[in-house]
Amino acid sequence: MATKPVVPPASALRWLGVITAPIALALGFLWAGGWLTPHRLTQTSLLDALRAVDGVHPGFRRNHAKGVCVTGWFEGNGNAAALSAASILRQGQRVPVVGRFALAGGMPFQADAPAKIRSMALSLMSPNGQEWRMGLNDIPVFPVRTPQEFHDLQWASRPDPATGKSDPMRLKAFRAGHPWLQEAAGRITHRSVSGGFADDTYRSLDSFLLVKENGEKTAVRWAMEPVQTAIAAGGNTDDHDYHFRDLIDDIHARPLQWRLLVTVAGGHDVIDDPSQVWAEDDRQIDAGTLTLTAVESEEGGPCTGITFDPLVLPPGVAPSGDPILQARSAAYMRSFSLRSGEKSPVPAITPSLTAAPGDAEGKKS
Amino acid sequence: MSRAKSFSLPSRVLHWLMAAMILIMLFIGVFMASTVGPNYDRLVALHRPLGIAILALALLRLANRLRSPPPPLPEELPPTMKIGAKASHLLLYALMIAMPLVGWGMMSAGGYPILLWGRSMLLPPILPHDPTLWAWLRSVHTVLAFLLFGLVLAHIGAAMFHGFIRRDGVLQSMIFTQKSAKG
Ligand code: HEM
Ligand code: HEM
Ligand code: HEM
Repeated sequence: MATKPVVPPASALRWLGVITAPIALALGFLWAGGWLTPHRLTQTSLLDALRAVDGVHPGFRRNHAKGVCVTGWFEGNGNAAALSAASILRQGQRVPVVGRFALAGGMPFQADAPAKIRSMALSLMSPNGQEWRMGLNDIPVFPVRTPQEFHDLQWASRPDPATGKSDPMRLKAFRAGHPWLQEAAGRITHRSVSGGFADDTYRSLDSFLLVKENGEKTAVRWAMEPVQTAIAAGGNTDDHDYHFRDLIDDIHARPLQWRLLVTVAGGHDVIDDPSQVWAEDDRQIDAGTLTLTAVESEEGGPCTGITFDPLVLPPGVAPSGDPILQARSAAYMRSFSLRSGEKSPVPAITPSLTAAPGDAEGKKS
Repeated sequence: MSRAKSFSLPSRVLHWLMAAMILIMLFIGVFMASTVGPNYDRLVALHRPLGIAILALALLRLANRLRSPPPPLPEELPPTMKIGAKASHLLLYALMIAMPLVGWGMMSAGGYPILLWGRSMLLPPILPHDPTLWAWLRSVHTVLAFLLFGLVLAHIGAAMFHGFIRRDGVLQSMIFTQKSAKG
């Protein structure tokens, strides 16, 4: 019994048979993860491009870093319910909202200024656990139409280490290479600018699909249009944080309201390109009202522990084929996991700034 | 040479079904976690239910294994190899169960609604909403995934070692029905 050889003699060919499958799989895995193709656009390279422009700020959002949390509710009026099964759009249902106002850009301590892009992010939470998250900007169109262009534009506008300013030649080269983005750049530069956060209009820019119970789809964009026409507080533009101070004063003075305006794509509108405007005469639906009643610092506030991923959508709303949406969902999750793993920083807008006038003293300690 | 008796048919079906699913999951995982391309959302939407299905199948497989134990390894296999085989199988089971639980747990801690299928079927959170925990679990999901992948490679290498070098019937025992026989 002990005489027969336990292991038969093995040729090199047989050993090759042993290692072929594991090596092939390992190579495939490395390729799938992008490690063999360093020039592929990835979540990391997209965030690296943002960092090249804005610098390193641990614990902060990699974009729209300076902001405050707000809370309130949304109430649908049923006008858009014919186009979408989303329960949030039905008449008379009030759902709680957590939101965030911010300045675009990854610099958490940048000074407020009239022409800087402002944003409103919202999570509308329906009672069944479904959420509708959105990040809206106050520009008419997005400056680019693909994630690669976003990366390249960031990269072109990164500051020169010598001067600390972006190099106009690089930007010129980007523009020359992307003539189709010229119109969008012009619209953004020449947009009308509102006084502050409270009287600003915020737009989805990306397109989405409203989906009926029977599966029928309608391409839309939407905007939050202010109900209050002017801000209560008079902004002192010398103040480093005047936009945020005004917003805080405004919310403390009275609830702020916006109407959700849904724009239905017309026959000639380009759906999947956020750098293109839609026709002026598109059908618009006033779908409900957003009411914001409280403001809190990001330090301990309810908007810090989530990311306003635009692909967190309830049944009845679906992504369009817009490629920017996919990149946003991926990059927001990456930004969210990175910043959540870093030490919580002290934000520019602190709890003592957001405290109501009466209890400012109490919150300072 | 003595030949190992085969695994029962349910064991083999579960093994190969899950082997395919887990490999697909690992590849989808690293691809989607790097991509910003047009299939990102679709892949994440496939990754979740496939992961949860692996969790359910792994529990079923564990029960099946307790009910119909695997055939013994060949007697002449050196003890260190036997221990290595046992330990790696134990670790594979642990990871098959841990990976989906960590995935589900991290989405809970991150405050995401966890869609199971389509847009209307939600999983309940299994952990409290806690961003620090989310960040930690997100890293754990990566580390365990790489550990699982490394182990699967070693496992496949070992299976091929049995098939090509030792030719002791262990590989066949996971593929065919064969009776216990003397060499
Ligand atoms: C490829 C294009 C884009 C990239 C890579 C990108 C990247 C990011 C990142 C990394 C964050 C921080 C997320 C977090 O940590 O939670 C962010 C926030 C934000 N983004 Fe984008 N973004 C893109 C396009 C857009 C577009 C088209 C919009 C507009 C409508 C938009 C609006 C916002 C808003 C409003 C926020 C702030 C959310 C908040 O206050 O928490 N972004 N973006
Ligand atoms: C057997 C089960 C599973 C395996 C083998 C697996 C594998 C992976 C892998 C390899 C990655 C990429 C890690 C990286 O490169 O950083 C990943 C990422 C991820 N997994 Fe899983 N996973 C499993 C189950 C789940 C489940 C059940 C969920 C959710 C319910 C989930 C959610 C995610 C998410 C959200 C990501 C990150 C995507 C991103 O970063 O964009 N996984 N998974
Ligand atoms: C993701 C992939 C895989 C996983 C997670 C996995 C897991 C396992 C586990 C846990 C066992 C122990 C028996 C049981 O309880 O079912 C096992 C046995 C086995 N597997 Fe795999 N397996 C994978 C892929 C493969 C592949 C690709 C092959 C062949 C090329 C293979 C060949 C074998 C063989 C021959 C056995 C029997 C070993 C013995 O007799 O103890 N496996 N596998």
